[in-house]
Amino acid sequence: MAETQAPPLVIQNAIAFSVNGAPVSVSAPLWLRLSRVLRDNLGLTGTKVGCDAGDCGACTVLLDGESVCSCLVPLAQVENCEITTVEGLSSRPPVFDNLQKSFLAHGAAQCGICTPGMLVAGTALLERCANPTEAQVLDALGGVLCRCTGYRKIIDAVLDVQPGRAEQASPAAGHAVGQRLIRLDGQQRVSGTEIFGADETPAGTLAIRAIRSTHHRARFTIGDLDAFLAVHREIVAVFTAADIPGRNCYGVIPPFADQPVFAENETRFRGEAVAAIVGEPEAIEAFEVSGFPIHWEELPPILDIDAALQETANRIHAHREGNILVRGRVVRGDVETGLAESDIVVEETYETGFVEHAYIEPEAGFARRVGDQIEIQACTQSPYMDRADMAQILGIAPENVRIIPPAVGGGFGSKLDLSVQPFVALAAWHLRRPVRMVYSRRESVMTTTKRHPSRIHARVGAMRDGKLHALDFAADFNTGAYSSWGPTVAARVPVHASGPYVVPHYRALTRAIHTNIVPAGAFRGFGVPQTSIAQEQLYDELADKLKMDRLEFRILNALDDTTPTVTGQILGPGTGIRACFEALRPKWNAARSSAQEFNSRATGPLRRGVGVAGMWYGCGNTSLSNPSTIRVGLKPNGRIGLHQGAVDIGQGSTTVVTQICADAIRTPIDNIDLISADTSTTPDAGKTSASRQTFVSGKAASLAGAKLRAEILKLGHAAEPAEITFGENCVRIDQPSIGKQRAVNLADLPLDAHGFVATGEAKFDPPTTPLDANGQGSPYAVYGFGAHLVEIEVDVELGTVRVLKIVAAHDVGCAINPTLVEGQIEGGAAQGLGMALMEEFFPAKGENLHDYLIPTIGDMPPVESILIEDASPIGPHGAKGIGEQSVIPTAPAILNAIHDATGVRILKIPATPDRVRAAILAAQKSGAARG
Amino acid sequence: MYFRPATLNEALQTLSDHSVQILSGGTDFYPSLGDRPVTNPVLDISALRELRGIHHDADFIRIGGLTTWTDVIAAPLPPCFDALKAAAREVGSIQIQNRGTVAGNLCNASPAADGVPPLLALDAEVELVSREGKRRMPLSEFLVGNRKTERRHGEILTNIYVPRMASNATSVFLKLGARRYLVISISMVAAVIATDPQGRVSDARIAIGSCSATARRLPEMERALIGADARAGLGEIANASDLAALSPIDDIRATGAYRRDASLTLVRRAVEACVQGSTHG
Repeated sequence: MAETQAPPLVIQNAIAFSVNGAPVSVSAPLWLRLSRVLRDNLGLTGTKVGCDAGDCGACTVLLDGESVCSCLVPLAQVENCEITTVEGLSSRPPVFDNLQKSFLAHGAAQCGICTPGMLVAGTALLERCANPTEAQVLDALGGVLCRCTGYRKIIDAVLDVQPGRAEQASPAAGHAVGQRLIRLDGQQRVSGTEIFGADETPAGTLAIRAIRSTHHRARFTIGDLDAFLAVHREIVAVFTAADIPGRNCYGVIPPFADQPVFAENETRFRGEAVAAIVGEPEAIEAFEVSGFPIHWEELPPILDIDAALQETANRIHAHREGNILVRGRVVRGDVETGLAESDIVVEETYETGFVEHAYIEPEAGFARRVGDQIEIQACTQSPYMDRADMAQILGIAPENVRIIPPAVGGGFGSKLDLSVQPFVALAAWHLRRPVRMVYSRRESVMTTTKRHPSRIHARVGAMRDGKLHALDFAADFNTGAYSSWGPTVAARVPVHASGPYVVPHYRALTRAIHTNIVPAGAFRGFGVPQTSIAQEQLYDELADKLKMDRLEFRILNALDDTTPTVTGQILGPGTGIRACFEALRPKWNAARSSAQEFNSRATGPLRRGVGVAGMWYGCGNTSLSNPSTIRVGLKPNGRIGLHQGAVDIGQGSTTVVTQICADAIRTPIDNIDLISADTSTTPDAGKTSASRQTFVSGKAASLAGAKLRAEILKLGHAAEPAEITFGENCVRIDQPSIGKQRAVNLADLPLDAHGFVATGEAKFDPPTTPLDANGQGSPYAVYGFGAHLVEIEVDVELGTVRVLKIVAAHDVGCAINPTLVEGQIEGGAAQGLGMALMEEFFPAKGENLHDYLIPTIGDMPPVESILIEDASPIGPHGAKGIGEQSVIPTAPAILNAIHDATGVRILKIPATPDRVRAAILAAQKSGAARG
Repeated sequence: MYFRPATLNEALQTLSDHSVQILSGGTDFYPSLGDRPVTNPVLDISALRELRGIHHDADFIRIGGLTTWTDVIAAPLPPCFDALKAAAREVGSIQIQNRGTVAGNLCNASPAADGVPPLLALDAEVELVSREGKRRMPLSEFLVGNRKTERRHGEILTNIYVPRMASNATSVFLKLGARRYLVISISMVAAVIATDPQGRVSDARIAIGSCSATARRLPEMERALIGADARAGLGEIANASDLAALSPIDDIRATGAYRRDASLTLVRRAVEACVQGSTHG
């Protein structure tokens, strides 16, 4: 047997140091990372761990006043030093909590997982330099990654620190919508008190670690586990597929569910779990996985679409012929005739790579068994879907699964799928002890879903007058080993491949194809960002061939209220795409002249370019029911309790839904107490996905609030028009039109099942219709629209691209909270920038955050958001989604700008320096490059 | 076992008595550890205060092995160290610069170590001390391959010696990566150029990193630069054949062909910037 004995953990003398001004003494291994000492030994969980490698900066603390990554500092080295964590910032002169307040005022914290690191690094700067320049801010914060905000609000917050910032006044009753309200969960995010997946560990918790495949595809045999356990007394239990009481199969779309908790006999991707070991945390950490008794036989894997489609290819799932998971199809008009009729046709093939979500919080959580119930507190975007899948796995009723969502440190789609939940729940179920699991960054990157790599071929034709006439679009998506959200991508893309334009003859066909790669799943936009990269570059090519201005070409073809979409849907009022493009027109003309002027004078290697791209995106599920239920009630003390089940993954749904609900009740927002998304108490508000929370849950909140208001009026035997004033243990109802006024004493009223004296509960399911065999129908009740303009500078000798400015016009129907909307736009633009220029995951390589690159604070240009409010008749106050809409147009706008600057098309993204330079060299050879 | 001696002698004793892994700033030690606990004995040399700081001797500027990148940035140093300072600012992030040490960067011997090209261009030497004594060797000989050095069991890299140069020597460091901060370079170039009273190049050192198993100098190009007029256009002396000795590889950051092509651009720009005082970098 291999060496498996962990060496004894040498406990030396206690190390004395100070934390946040208080002396502490810690007895622990001297090599232990300071981040672990702070979190595990001292309970200071405000310091976050994102990578354990100095790559993300989430664990930044002050060591004698200097920023350090606490994951890189051994306990021994802090002897007699002074450590300050986020929890201690507010008592540290001269900055105190002024930076935290500025973060709140500017909306600089979204999910909040990077916030402690940002605040600490920002404080280190401000202590040395009270009025820093932007360049100094960038240098000081360059070591902390943020995946949500796009950094610009963080920069603004550091530059705008002011002592004695006034508290934000609460809006008057009925006037919360439209206000730049500070996010309601903001304070805990800037003070380090928010509880994320890894931040809670009940007493006596065991740790679990998965044993995973190191091959893309392999057959395996597990050895004698009894003998293994007899030798390894520190291991409490080993679990395999044989220990699953219910079904060893799960998946976000039940008809396609195909993923086992533990593989049986054969693994289908590198990183797939085959077993798990449980024990005391120290023992599990020290366990060398090579000591686990398993025999691997590596099998030839299928790693790309071409290999999967070969006739002789092995079937990854026996019942899926040709390794095709699913196909999607939308057909309208006659595309072949349409292309033949077109005066100009352009055609191209584009490829996009694997994109990793790279939220700064790796998956984490714990489970415990309470009688016949299992409680799971783990990061998730979809508590009720987790509940359903976990009930199947454990073979128990859904009511016996309680999902308690903690704060989520970024999700972007990947935390819709199960990660740690089956492991911790299975072990806790059998062992009747709490069991916890925290993914390492490597485990997170290796095993959780990604954006689908794609290969898209499209032909598009226009008439000489500039009108789009026909589009023939075919896209293959590498969906990896299991279904995850592959069917959603395959269904959503054909609806969206026209972009927000009128295209009379249309054919869009998609396939999701299995390979022996980590599953591709949901990632902000479900395949539409990849699609827009093809569609928007082709439209630029068409405009150029027509000798039309590229923006005017888009305006000419923009969808309107009355012309059918490619699925035959007439969108009606609230089709604001034209307004988005028109809002960009003055900026576009100015930016184009300025770039031309720059280039005409350029003698060096820099060339500027301007690009534009448009987008549309349906809010909610594609032709499928996706209701939200919101419950709100009046408590006997006169306060409102809001059961808000929409998981806030940083985007701000908690705040937005509350603003909407408060205005429907017409109560001041600070009279509302939020009740969490715990499935045991709060109804299902659906998944945080598909840009649906503001629209669907917001609408349900609006309806529920109105119902509660009606119920309260009933309590006072009153009717509208009325004014309700909420007091202590009472409400007062004024009806000035009839001169009636009365007070209702709430303390005497009976309580309903939810502990309320009056309850309003409402369910909203957006009205859609099924799509027919040709994909015709109304797949979404509401679409969001937008267009981005990007100015860039290319170093043509090095192929490097610097984005100078982004202007983002979005039709959001109604900006419920403009600061949060801008936050979504800036954050989406940052992810679009990353996708365009640097992000690509290579399975088995780069399972970390120094090989997989996401934008840093120095890569994001200023973003100017233009909010168009062309109200939809359906959404709350006319609101539409913005979460995914914001990421879609950035990458194609950047690629169009690269072409504008250099004359080259980057057909395979990301447009890394080597690819851009290679394209420029190839064009120079053929004489096609500019500059 | 975890040793944290306060003197070099104690550290050398420990090193000779035990098979230990040396830890100083931790910025390479912990990332290579991953999520595993430390199982090997550790010699933490961070308390050897005698090894930290920059000293100006008659013939050399001596950088103590435990000097951090932040120390390098803050130290008053002649212009030929500008490249080293620029490289220091490019090491990871401020958090890394505050902890990572110059000697650690050299001993870790990554092909992409930011500190190596500037120190190679300064003709730096390293001092290795063991219980048996001291030895000194050029940095170019110390680094022998990807993650390989001439450091022997029992030795600690105590000092880096940089011979003094003509006071008018200027230097430039250019790093090419796919993002602004926290980035491993695709290629990087350090150039140091001194001129004679006639305005001709009297000394030229060019070093390139990330394009071979260890960063290396370009002696042919350096020879070609000597005697040339140190004025705008000097960078044009560089041509592709000067980079023939490099062996850039294809990896996830870039293709080898791109590295070679971009490196020539970087070399030209670095040389140009040395004589012009500005860069396109």
